[in-house]
Amino acid sequence: MAEMTVIEAVREALREEMERDSTVFMLGEDIGARGGVFLATEGLLEQFGPERVIDTPLAEAAIGGIALGAAVNGMRPVAEIEFGDFVWPAVNQIIGEAARVRYGTQGRRTAPLVLRVPYGGGVRGGLYHSQSIEVAFSHQPGLKVVAPATPYDAKGLLKSAIRDDDPVIFFEHKRTYRLVKGDVPDGDYTIPIGKADVKRTGSDMTVVSYGLVLHYCLEAAATLAEEGIDVEVIDLRTLRPLDTDTVLESVRKTSKAMVVHEDTKAGGIGGEISAVIAEEAFEDLDAPVKRVAGPEVPAMPFSPLLEAEFMPSAEKIAVAMRELAAY
Amino acid sequence: MLSEQSSSTKPGLPDNDETQVAGSPDHNGVGPPPLTDADLLEMYRTMVLSRTLDQRIWQMNRQGRAAIVASAQGHEAAQVGAVRALDPERDRFYIYYRELTTMLALGITPLELLLGFLAKEGEPLSGARQFPLHGAIDRDRRDIVSFSNVVATQLPQAVGVALADKMRGEKRVTIAYFGDGAASMGETHEAMNFASIHRLPVIFFCENNKYAISVPISKQMNIESVATRASAYGMPGIEVNGFDPVAVYEAVGAAANLARSGQGPTLVEAVVERFLPHTSDDDDTRYRPPEDLEGIRDLDPIPATEKILRENGALDDALDEEIKSSAQKIVNQATEDAENAPFPEPHDFYEQVYAPGSPGDQS
Repeated sequence: MAEMTVIEAVREALREEMERDSTVFMLGEDIGARGGVFLATEGLLEQFGPERVIDTPLAEAAIGGIALGAAVNGMRPVAEIEFGDFVWPAVNQIIGEAARVRYGTQGRRTAPLVLRVPYGGGVRGGLYHSQSIEVAFSHQPGLKVVAPATPYDAKGLLKSAIRDDDPVIFFEHKRTYRLVKGDVPDGDYTIPIGKADVKRTGSDMTVVSYGLVLHYCLEAAATLAEEGIDVEVIDLRTLRPLDTDTVLESVRKTSKAMVVHEDTKAGGIGGEISAVIAEEAFEDLDAPVKRVAGPEVPAMPFSPLLEAEFMPSAEKIAVAMRELAAY
Repeated sequence: MLSEQSSSTKPGLPDNDETQVAGSPDHNGVGPPPLTDADLLEMYRTMVLSRTLDQRIWQMNRQGRAAIVASAQGHEAAQVGAVRALDPERDRFYIYYRELTTMLALGITPLELLLGFLAKEGEPLSGARQFPLHGAIDRDRRDIVSFSNVVATQLPQAVGVALADKMRGEKRVTIAYFGDGAASMGETHEAMNFASIHRLPVIFFCENNKYAISVPISKQMNIESVATRASAYGMPGIEVNGFDPVAVYEAVGAAANLARSGQGPTLVEAVVERFLPHTSDDDDTRYRPPEDLEGIRDLDPIPATEKILRENGALDDALDEEIKSSAQKIVNQATEDAENAPFPEPHDFYEQVYAPGSPGDQS
């Protein structure tokens, strides 16, 4: 057992999977000698050589399409998109193509690829290095979408993603890379895709979240505990397929529900969670489902006070929790 | 350098001399073995079968019996020549939607293809989930793939396929088919650039019929030939008369030899003509001037090949009659069988969204 950061956990998972399976290789921008702009692949070029750690031209459509072709032809590529904001040229190959390969061939071809996508704000990234884009992918059947919040989950889920026989979009929140530390067991372990995790048990309300703001939810829950309000916090970890069982079980226990995410509110994953709760657990509810989410502006501004205005925070979440508790 | 391609706008037979390899002056030294009359006769048989089937499908569309068809009429010689230069049991075929002759040349039967055009049970590529000619074939050591209707997506995919083969040390060639319309897509550029950097065993095979639906080549590019772009990627480019199956065979054979010997990709452009509208849903009288079509059918590669075979003494009236009546018979039987086949029931509708038993699987 060692304490490590999220980025170290990602790197460990990549290294161990590359060692375990010779069909695993990586491609992306600056992932070789540079070690990736976030250093996720630091040292991997030296260990595995340029044939398995491929620096690509600045060409995201090629990164997506080449990863797809290699996956169809027996490899397990792990492609890195440098920043989530840059993923759009690859969408044609991932949502348009990879998601439909199995269905469109009746399983005669499959696409076991992983697309690693650093995403999210709070890093002074401005309009083009801060976006939360996960819901664009989690809307698409045929894809699996994972978004871990802790080093332990990041390592175990990335290993599962690489071993999965379907295309997996693996979202890593940039702010968590070095901010979030945690214990990670030595050696090999996996965490199943499609399973949420109750990160804090409580009886007064259920808060569903993922990614960076999951930690803000835990911080707010600790504050509320001092005020005598007992909050249960669920980390979705996987955005497709959603683990609605864990969410519904919790809501039936607490009778109050809130969803928190950094992505903008309208059309965000919170709408889907709220709808599932309304459909399946309406009569268990003592209050309307509450959402805390990013504001309806096109992207996150650069200047610090403007950025803070966009980001959900522990304080904003605590306010919403108190309102829900008082309903 | 590419030579003047005066015949590129009006391809005809026979004129093998126009095949040129930009940046590879020893093209003649890397070409495939010469074709025999028996080879050409077999190719002729496939072209006749393709034309007969193509006409039948078009007719069935007009009768309301087939939903849509993108005709290969005018592309037959290019397609049969390209397949002839490759190994159907070893090489990988990333086709696009106008590849009826390619499919026949690879051994896919008229019945299987008609099951696709009629969206019937037993369709071998996608179980009729997709448009005709889309999906994947994985029997008889065939690797034939067409995932999508979205033009040019197959090019980076084919490059990834070839990358995997190169990583494993397999001596296979991947051929990626596309049209002049797809040549304008950014993915075409990204695919060619990457393939050349890594010297991957890919043949980019452009069937240039000079129309992207209604947009003529003059509004698609300000150059004479798609193949000239190859030099910008540091790979050979070959422009060839796509009405000449032998010339196409030689060009693709040269490209295959380069690919198999580790010398990387080649761009082959077969200049053809689209005899019919883009698809059965299109009306080319709205945009194609009548003079554009004038004389094109006089250059039809099927009678032109017939003429060569007759001149070579490899074909007489009796054999030609046998080839044509046999094609008609095969297509008639396939039509009857395909029409009698049921539509697929939605019993497996939710299958193969995800791997069986994995998270999200609903089957």
